[in-house]
Amino acid sequence: MDETDKRILNIIQTGFPVCERPYEKIGEQTGLTEDEAFDRVKAMFDSKIIRRIGASFDSRGLGWTSTLCAMSVPPEKIEEVAGMVAKYHGVTHNYERNHNYNLWFTYIAPDLDAIDKTLSEIESKSGYKVHNLPMLKKFKIKVDFKFKEKEGAGK
Amino acid sequence: MKQEITAKDVKIMAELQRTLPMTKRPFKSIAEKIGLAEKEVIEKTREYGQKQYYRRFGATLRHQKAGFKANGMGIWAVPAEEDRQGVGETLSAYHEVSHAYERPSFEDWPYHIFTMIHGESEDEVRRIAKGMSEQVGITDYDVLFSTREFKKTSMQYFDHWPLEEND
Repeated sequence: MDETDKRILNIIQTGFPVCERPYEKIGEQTGLTEDEAFDRVKAMFDSKIIRRIGASFDSRGLGWTSTLCAMSVPPEKIEEVAGMVAKYHGVTHNYERNHNYNLWFTYIAPDLDAIDKTLSEIESKSGYKVHNLPMLKKFKIKVDFKFKEKEGAGK
Repeated sequence: MKQEITAKDVKIMAELQRTLPMTKRPFKSIAEKIGLAEKEVIEKTREYGQKQYYRRFGATLRHQKAGFKANGMGIWAVPAEEDRQGVGETLSAYHEVSHAYERPSFEDWPYHIFTMIHGESEDEVRRIAKGMSEQVGITDYDVLFSTREFKKTSMQYFDHWPLEEND
């Protein structure tokens, strides 16, 4: 990955151009031809530096709601409970953490009623309390990590 | 409450939620796949962004490959409610912090602010958290690492979208 690749990543992480010829646009911003810009992005995609290019849909923007949940489960039960939790379509992330509250998961649903219903169901199926920790305030959300670019870098 | 989203929107958004086809005209490739005009797919994609259905349209990187190897969830007890905004803002100013939220506490969970902290190693993440704690003067904090991952996926909204009858 060279300086030009980093500049491309900084551009397309923040906003991949939504137009007929996006790679022409990326090329204009990085001093490359459309073909060169495309080949570089494709190479980074093929080598899995880029995992995906697409829309990051926002549950709230779509009118849905999401939450983070914590459970305290005996270690010998954790795989069984986690397996049951993971079956829910709205559970997007489910993991163990090094704490008394050792099983965590994020849950997305169309509305609060659906969240309450599922969390109660998980409680009754597992026999353990589910602590619902919805976001009260958002201070920051940043999903792109900018690379430091050298001065005058580019082609 | 759900937005007014039609069957056509669901079809387009389902494609935007995958990864763009690796072609020079990716929106044309999508349009051909779902039987719409390229122009319409582009216009709709822009419209969804303006309506904030999505937060960002762009590349997602493999963090490990891009130099971030460890991440920890910093949890911070801020008993005085009036202090939480200031603490949240200060902690979120760290460039190693990607997400910062206030969440409810409960009886044996005294923490109010959650920060995702990224670094080269777990030790580095702990060092960053220690620096943060000194800056905001909070001693009741912890950093939790995930020790096992049972599921990690992006929400597939459009596979089970509850459409109204009249679409």
